[in-house]
Amino acid sequence: MLSYAFKRLAQSIPTLFIVITISFFLMRLAPGGPFDGERKLPPEIEANILAAYNLDKPLYWQFFDYLGGILQGDFGPSFKYKDFTVSDLIWAGFPVSLELGMWAMLLGVVFGVSIGCYAALKQNTRLDYLMMGGAMAGIAIPNFVMAPILTLVFGVYLSWLPVGGWDSGAVANKVLPVIALALPQIAYIARMTRGSMIEVMGSHFIRTARAKGLSERKVVRRHALKSALLPVVSYLGPATAGIITGSVVIEQIFGIPGIGRYFVQAALNRDYTLVMGTVVFYGALIILFNLVVDLIYGLLDPQIRYDD
Amino acid sequence: MKKKHRRNTLKNMLLTVLSVLSLGLASISGAQTLHRGIGGEPGTLDPNLVSGNWEDMVVGDLFLGLVTDAADGRVIPGAATDWTVSDDGTVYTFHLRKDGKWSDGQPVTAHDFVFSLRRVMDPQTASTYAYILYPIKNAEAINTGKIRDLSQLGVRAIDDYTLEITLESSTPYFLELLTHYTAFPIPKHVVERYGKDWVKPGHLVSNGAYKLVEWLPQTHIKAVKNEWFYDADHVAIDTVFYYPTEDRSAALKRFRAGELDLNYEFPIDQYDWLRENMPEETVVSPQLGVYYYPLNLRNPKFQDVRVRKALSMAINREVITDKILKTGEVPAYSFVPPGIGDYRIQELDFKGMPYNKRLEDARKLMEAAGYSEDRPLELVLRYNTHDAHKKVAVAVAAMWKAIHVKTQLLNSEVAVHYAELKEANFEVARAGWVGDYADPQNFLSLLEPTPNNYGGYNNAQFNALMKQAAETQDSTQRTRLMEQAERIAMDDYATIPIYYYVATNLVSQKVKGWVPNVLDKHRTRWMSIER
Repeated sequence: MLSYAFKRLAQSIPTLFIVITISFFLMRLAPGGPFDGERKLPPEIEANILAAYNLDKPLYWQFFDYLGGILQGDFGPSFKYKDFTVSDLIWAGFPVSLELGMWAMLLGVVFGVSIGCYAALKQNTRLDYLMMGGAMAGIAIPNFVMAPILTLVFGVYLSWLPVGGWDSGAVANKVLPVIALALPQIAYIARMTRGSMIEVMGSHFIRTARAKGLSERKVVRRHALKSALLPVVSYLGPATAGIITGSVVIEQIFGIPGIGRYFVQAALNRDYTLVMGTVVFYGALIILFNLVVDLIYGLLDPQIRYDD
Repeated sequence: MKKKHRRNTLKNMLLTVLSVLSLGLASISGAQTLHRGIGGEPGTLDPNLVSGNWEDMVVGDLFLGLVTDAADGRVIPGAATDWTVSDDGTVYTFHLRKDGKWSDGQPVTAHDFVFSLRRVMDPQTASTYAYILYPIKNAEAINTGKIRDLSQLGVRAIDDYTLEITLESSTPYFLELLTHYTAFPIPKHVVERYGKDWVKPGHLVSNGAYKLVEWLPQTHIKAVKNEWFYDADHVAIDTVFYYPTEDRSAALKRFRAGELDLNYEFPIDQYDWLRENMPEETVVSPQLGVYYYPLNLRNPKFQDVRVRKALSMAINREVITDKILKTGEVPAYSFVPPGIGDYRIQELDFKGMPYNKRLEDARKLMEAAGYSEDRPLELVLRYNTHDAHKKVAVAVAAMWKAIHVKTQLLNSEVAVHYAELKEANFEVARAGWVGDYADPQNFLSLLEPTPNNYGGYNNAQFNALMKQAAETQDSTQRTRLMEQAERIAMDDYATIPIYYYVATNLVSQKVKGWVPNVLDKHRTRWMSIER
């Protein structure tokens, strides 16, 4: 299993290289540059700025220069946030996004799986309909609607919780954003768990388990749950990578200093180095989490083997 | 009656005691803290590199130029107590205050100013706004690499407290220019020690009313009163938090919850609600800025003055400001906004006409130019993606339809939009200009052969008047010359002014000393919090 993991990690290098190459050149194909703004700069000033950021060099030179930088762990200076390097920005924001994302994912798994299982076992009862209706609403209501509602109710009207800000990570400031992030996850996971649980409960090995005279509780916990969770686990990999890299919507609405906003803003600002930094970072996380998922799969499903 | 009176006296006494006590407590606990939403995350706090007004809100609190902005935006002495100007207007001699100190206690000297101005102009610094100081002798040549020796810049320290600035030619708005952040001093001793990293919290020292304590990107910037500031006794607010409130709706909620005391801008679509529910805190004030549609005059379609006039005439600016935008914007009939000293704005000749008559005349002009319902003028109108720009563009297209113009709308995100304008790759486009300093030249130069002259207007007579104005010492005469120049541009229908900008701010009732002004500059040192 260890050699399998290493092999996968080795394979990720060419993948990342392709990701970097494609995004680097796509980014440059987009019209407009990092220093195009409301005001046209005198050509000499523009030349000064381009020279300061090496943007006056040929594109291939810039590409290899960038690759060389990455190999040394240097993602370059941000073009927009001039006082910071891309690494500064990512390392300042990532812990925040990571923390919020982990809490949201934890809530998502705990509540999602519980609700999903419960609904599956009470299939086609009123309770099932109620919970699945709720889940459907959770999926349908986007978080740019949910988040302002939460802040309006709990922050402005009731004044129980702060409306925004991070306040160095005070618990009160985390509550609303975590809930806003978790709600759609709970909904997705609940629906997914219910679906696969219903399927598993109808399969042969469950009938066998029942025939052995096990109690329903043991049947569900020992046998059904493990298999029912497989699709949830494969969803969790990319979803976790997505959620811990932050959400531009949640971060803007709650004024949270995570890295989610950079994905969108950097692209709009043509902040080339920051775009590349976030892409490489996100790409690496996706690869990592997919690997983790595959390894967990092996623990849950005895049919999977990690040999060549 | 008597009894009641006595009770009132008692009550008054109690109240007095209480208020004295609370004042005492306030001064003991020391804390006046201001929470300011500044509308965006600063890219840098290096005054030489700053390029946006949201950055200026922080940098302008930290640093103090030779002259500075009063609460109402007037130019008042800053790091210099007084100055003299040579008779030909080209040599300014500033006397710096002897009690001017950096926040580490070091004196602010003329050498710091020399150092800063040379650094701004050094091409390697790559300062975006360096060109604003091109009136200084040799500044342009140095910034464009024609002169390599920085000491050739027309700025020198006569002694520690006397600074002499020599200009290329007389520049009557030079003092206004010096309030701009590019002209702020930077601490030579600190920059030489830390290089680029001098702006990091812990290194940065400043000579203004505040000093930097902390900068958590996307969270806040924290500054506290600079105890070395010469006028520190009159600075009421001890701590300022600046928040990068990009999301205006979220900022409004934080304001309502009392988490922000000030916010730059508010969500325009909630203006009606704001006016209804918090009229005292919703402040809309005239701003020195114009929203306009440059016509690409290189395009043969706009060679005919009748077409240019008709396009401008057919736009019902009142409908745009009163029915579409509804945030207090003022219809614009001139390119220079009102409110600059004694300058008399030059308005388009059809201003007084009733709109129906204007529309009719415009249609006739178009017909005379050879267009008709069957043979309309086809135009592409570009705007950068934004709700308000879109609304205006749609409205203008509809108004033009009545005069045989078929308008195609084309939107792109802001970086692309301006890249295209720069390449003159447009027919009609949306543009805006907010004044850097209160002088008509700042606007009229957009119609001279300068980089920001998107439409490429080039009128010899206009250029000559502007040149003459630049060389004129007498401020009244200079103003008259610029008025004449604007008159020519207006009669040429060189560009289409649509409305003058307004500044929109949320200002808490407890903040005192915040005064609306046309440059929308509000330095924290003039404010206080009333409990």
